[in-house]
Amino acid sequence: MTQVKMTVNGKTASGEVEGRTLLAQFLRDDQGLTGTHVGCDTSQCGACVVHVNGKAVKSCTMLAIEADGAEVATIEGQANADGSLNVIQQAFQDHHGLQCGFCTPGMVMSAAALLKENPKPTESEVRHYLDGNICRCTGYHNIVKAIMAASGQDVSAIAAE
Amino acid sequence: MYNFDVERPSTIADAVKALGREEAQPMSGGQTLIPTLKARLAAPSVLVSLGGIDEMKGVCLDDAGRLCIGGATTHATVAAEAAAHYPALASLAARIGDPAVRNRGTIGGSLANNDPSACYPAGALGSGATIVTNTREIAADDYFQGMFDTALEEGEIVTEVKFPIPTAAHYEKILQPASRFPLVAAFVARTADGVRVAITGASNNGVFRWSEAEAALGANFAADALAGMSLDDTDMISDLHGTGAYRAHLCAVMTKRAVAAIA
Ligand code: FES
Ligand code: FES
Repeated sequence: MTQVKMTVNGKTASGEVEGRTLLAQFLRDDQGLTGTHVGCDTSQCGACVVHVNGKAVKSCTMLAIEADGAEVATIEGQANADGSLNVIQQAFQDHHGLQCGFCTPGMVMSAAALLKENPKPTESEVRHYLDGNICRCTGYHNIVKAIMAASGQDVSAIAAE
Repeated sequence: MYNFDVERPSTIADAVKALGREEAQPMSGGQTLIPTLKARLAAPSVLVSLGGIDEMKGVCLDDAGRLCIGGATTHATVAAEAAAHYPALASLAARIGDPAVRNRGTIGGSLANNDPSACYPAGALGSGATIVTNTREIAADDYFQGMFDTALEEGEIVTEVKFPIPTAAHYEKILQPASRFPLVAAFVARTADGVRVAITGASNNGVFRWSEAEAALGANFAADALAGMSLDDTDMISDLHGTGAYRAHLCAVMTKRAVAAIA
């Protein structure tokens, strides 16, 4: 077992892990942060997306040991300081960007990474950025709409109602 | 996945030393290796993570004008930093997998694995790149030796890749949407010494140069120069996503589209 220590959502998180422990397992099982979902465990679905040193990564395909010393951000740290939903989360609610909610933590974390890189993406840029995030419920239109709205753009012309 | 020890060296020298341990396996971004370990298709007792070696990261130009990319540089970094110097290569990097995979996966990992459907082998072979390891420099033409097979020796790691920058180049791929690997892709480069065409996703022997197309394009750089030309499909990958005959057909289509994009 190896001792790891990282910053998760601004707080120090440490624990003992095996070499094979995935970052997703460390967050969920060790830290109790079960907002990060594991949908496929094969790098396909994106439900497990978190940020490591500001970059979106699939936490099911990164070893916890490799995040030793890193700054990690998960869905649990996304809300505003007063507990209200942040702009992206609120936009998902307003535009029905979720149904069962399983993909949502990964969608929100991917959206946050996109908007940091590209604050006013086009609809096609949003769709391409979500290449690695799979949703079985919504058909994506409302997710795209929510992200466009969160970027402050007018979404009245976007296909989905 | 079976358990293993993890070593996180911060220099190439320490990585090489760690790789001397019994049943050690290097890991770069892990985007292929971790799924492979989960499937128990590999069971190293020591995993040597190359992600913390700063001297293996970054993109720059050398005195000969070649684009030099550290072996542990992620696809996302290449997409961003190579764009001004070698747009076709940056575009190849920008279309690998998805954004989260591009933030972890590296050029060295991709070339060391030499997946028969990976993008970077086509970029390296199509450009006539030089693969630099901890012990030597290997020309791309000598490096790729068949499906998942390269000239790398046990414990040898890709530390850098040097790309001569062609006059013009283009990477054209048709996506296999579930895996996000190319079904078939062609990298076409026009250089002072002639035309290079590298094909990935098609052959059972991995990436290869299509010399007949190179000769035809050398004489006349136009998609029409390839009219009627086709590859033998006997040694093409045939699976549920496409037959060998279909892949052979796509080789010509991808090459023509790449040429049309340049010409
Ligand atoms: S659980 Fe990580 S990509 Fe699906
Ligand atoms: S809302 Fe159910 S999977 Fe996306």
